[in-house]
Amino acid sequence: MKRLSAFNVVSLTFGFAFLYVPMLILILFSFNESKLVTVWAGFSTKWYGELMQNDAMLQAAWVTIKVAVFSSTIATVLGTMAAYVLVRSGRFLGRTLFSGMIYAPLVMPEVITGLSLLLLFIGIGLDRGVLTIVLAHTTFSMCYVSVVVSSRLATFDRSLEEAALDLGCSAAEAFRLVTLPIIAPAVVSGWLLAFTLSLDDLVIASFTTGPAATTLPIKIFSAVRLGVSPEINALSTIMITVVTVGVIGASLVSKRALVKQRQEEQDAVRAS
Amino acid sequence: MGRHRLAVLDRHRRHLVGELMRRFLLIAIPYIWLLALFLVPFVIVLKISLSDAAIARPPYFPQFDWAEGIRAFIAELDFENFIWLVEDDLYWKAYLSSLRIALTSTVLTLIVGYPIAYGMARAPEEWRPTLMMLVILPFWTSFLIRVYAWKGILSNEGFLNQFLLWSGLVSEPLQILNTTTAVYIGIVYTYLPFMILPIYAALDRMDDSLIEAAEDLGCSRFSAFWLVTVPLSKGGIIAGCFLVFIPAMGEFVIPSLLGGSDTLMIGKVLWEEFFSNRDWPVASAVAVVLLLILVVPIVLFQRNQQKEQESEQ
Repeated sequence: MKRLSAFNVVSLTFGFAFLYVPMLILILFSFNESKLVTVWAGFSTKWYGELMQNDAMLQAAWVTIKVAVFSSTIATVLGTMAAYVLVRSGRFLGRTLFSGMIYAPLVMPEVITGLSLLLLFIGIGLDRGVLTIVLAHTTFSMCYVSVVVSSRLATFDRSLEEAALDLGCSAAEAFRLVTLPIIAPAVVSGWLLAFTLSLDDLVIASFTTGPAATTLPIKIFSAVRLGVSPEINALSTIMITVVTVGVIGASLVSKRALVKQRQEEQDAVRAS
Repeated sequence: MGRHRLAVLDRHRRHLVGELMRRFLLIAIPYIWLLALFLVPFVIVLKISLSDAAIARPPYFPQFDWAEGIRAFIAELDFENFIWLVEDDLYWKAYLSSLRIALTSTVLTLIVGYPIAYGMARAPEEWRPTLMMLVILPFWTSFLIRVYAWKGILSNEGFLNQFLLWSGLVSEPLQILNTTTAVYIGIVYTYLPFMILPIYAALDRMDDSLIEAAEDLGCSRFSAFWLVTVPLSKGGIIAGCFLVFIPAMGEFVIPSLLGGSDTLMIGKVLWEEFFSNRDWPVASAVAVVLLLILVVPIVLFQRNQQKEQESEQ
């Protein structure tokens, strides 16, 4: 029944152009011969070559990936636990505080989170570096993971878990054999979200890092402050490509898994 | 017989203890993590905001000293930094200007985002997953890079000015980069997905026959939209506005990359107070006041979310 009016078509076209044109321009000018980022002087990949020679940048990229892998993995474990507690554990002492602490970091301004964690690390005399960034990133990303996982936990049929328990599984076995496979897609997307949040973060990392560890966003920020540079465009292009391929790939995989799961369920119904 | 029974009981008891222990650990581990790395840091910020700046390491006074006891420690704390925030007009001007920038850009984001969400909700069923993906994708891409992209577009020799000069709309380049206008553009651009998604979700849930009924009863298309569609998407609009307003209020990256020296935002002030002036107590006081300002919208937002969830069920 619904039909797109001319107004809808125009707003969709302009809306998506607004979202994507800036990034396309950024990508285009990473292949520019000239050092000026606004004047086209012919196709070249030399900025990619220079990027590969830039040891400080590569070093920062390595630190960033290390931090992201560790923090997103710990955050996924803690966030899944927290989601399970929120959805399944019923009442316990301090439940309101617990759910408050899960939701508050999602809307907290980054400058406040960064400042407060830094003051904590200094207060307990922890040397700032990779470890402190990992702790900081884990703390805010576990909240995102737990929101993603708890929305999946809330919608799934509890009788499956109860059946497993009735058939003699221990709680741990029921979780491992029944619950975990069902919430697995949400856990994976939680991990991906935590990973990209960590890759992305400038403010909290700037507060919690020390001279020993510089992450990519910190490096980019200090370069970009001075102006635009084609090398940063090249780096941005690589990052945009990786994220795009990752997100589209992940959504295709999860779609296929969903189709397969539905197919199996139908087969099971037919067989019985 | 008795012994056998005891063994069974013992196994039951151990089983029960194991379950309780597991439940305890399941709750305790994330709980303690959040207490230690989320709540305790806030208490520290609060404490330091009541301390005085000092030339020392760390640069504030008093330090907590077990020997002198807690009473002597508390006696040293005062509200001097907060009084300073009121007296020096830099700070309240920065709060007001952040508030104004955040509010204006929230309204602008709504104006840009609503038609997009509306178009998505009316698009053919088979397009919608792709359109959704196109809205979500920028959210996964680095925030910093998306802000940086505008630096090249808005500068005096940038794309926008080249286009405007070429089309003859202006005769000399407009100064957009390093002004508050650039900050508005940056906020609208980076937060647009947060506005589109909740509005789209609300519009998508809506029953189309309501519009048809309104039109059958003599509403024009526009009044049907205004009287039926907009009220029904109110929850999404409110959620989207909070999702833009709250983080925009404490924004640091956008004003420091796109804004100029006259763009005053509190996130930037806090950053400079901390990193350039190394005045930790004042930076902490700035953070405490910012948090107090944001408590109201955060609570309202959570209440709105709860209401939305209840109405869905």
